[in-house]
Amino acid sequence: MKQLKFIVAGIIFGIIMSKSEAVSWYRIQEMFRFQSIHMYGIMGTAVGIGVIAIYLIKKYRLKDHSGAPIKFVEKEKGWKRYLYGGIIFGLGWALTGACPGPMFVLIGHGYLAILLVVAGALLGTFSYGIIKDKLPH
Amino acid sequence: MIELISEPWPWYFSGLMIAIIMITLIYFGKSFGFSSNLRIICAACGAGKKYEFFNFNWKAQKWNLLFLVGAILGGVLSATVFSTDEPLRLSASTIRDLEELNIHFDGKLNPEQLFGIEFLFSIKGFLVLLAGGFMVGFGTRWAGGCTSGHGISGLSNLQMPSLIAVIGFFAGGLIMTHLLFPLIF
Repeated sequence: MKQLKFIVAGIIFGIIMSKSEAVSWYRIQEMFRFQSIHMYGIMGTAVGIGVIAIYLIKKYRLKDHSGAPIKFVEKEKGWKRYLYGGIIFGLGWALTGACPGPMFVLIGHGYLAILLVVAGALLGTFSYGIIKDKLPH
Repeated sequence: MIELISEPWPWYFSGLMIAIIMITLIYFGKSFGFSSNLRIICAACGAGKKYEFFNFNWKAQKWNLLFLVGAILGGVLSATVFSTDEPLRLSASTIRDLEELNIHFDGKLNPEQLFGIEFLFSIKGFLVLLAGGFMVGFGTRWAGGCTSGHGISGLSNLQMPSLIAVIGFFAGGLIMTHLLFPLIF
């Protein structure tokens, strides 16, 4: 039952993604064509508030719900994996209009074809796991 | 209340809500990053027996899978209880550009033309959807995160690697949209 809060958070996330229309293939196209502020506004606002929130959490050394100090994991340094992996991700994002979260939200909307996109994403992740040592990071 | 939620949300409210989700997960001692679920599912299916990358204690990440289940349910609720008849307000120039690619705007979230049964069971449709998904899954793991992990969590924590990843996301998206779409569609 302690885990129930994560389902609730997920439900709210699914509604946010739907009602913001961030799950929309059309909106992603609009974004990559620079024809509306919509998606940039969403991400800009989220990151803007996020930066301030994390700054305050660090500054006041806030604790989480269990009383443990909140720690942030630094990303590994480097650029190759981020740039190359990022570009591959972007190609798929524009084509399917879905990043990992929205993919699953769209299942809930009843778009059957998205199941194939999810299968592809699992296959992609699995393939990365097999050949990762041969890729530059 | 239901009516208020059902209407399409303005971007600034949507952005605020996404930040609140991230902060909520931080408060619960977790980190907002959705694509980890793809790796967790592979591990839960037993990929860890043969491949080291999937050999980790995925059960400790069960919370993220529950978050995923919630996301699906959130989609269901949005399409039923909180549904709206109002067509999506896509910009006129996007509608025109897509029309040139013979993709017709139907006012829904996703075009039936690309996400309907007919396209799914065509050879082209099958390949487009599978390859598109594959690139998302492969790329996100190589880059170590997706739009949530790098785009929201990473940038909020001022991580340079996340900025590089987001630049990559956009470079890939622009190449697909402007160079490859005319060849594919």
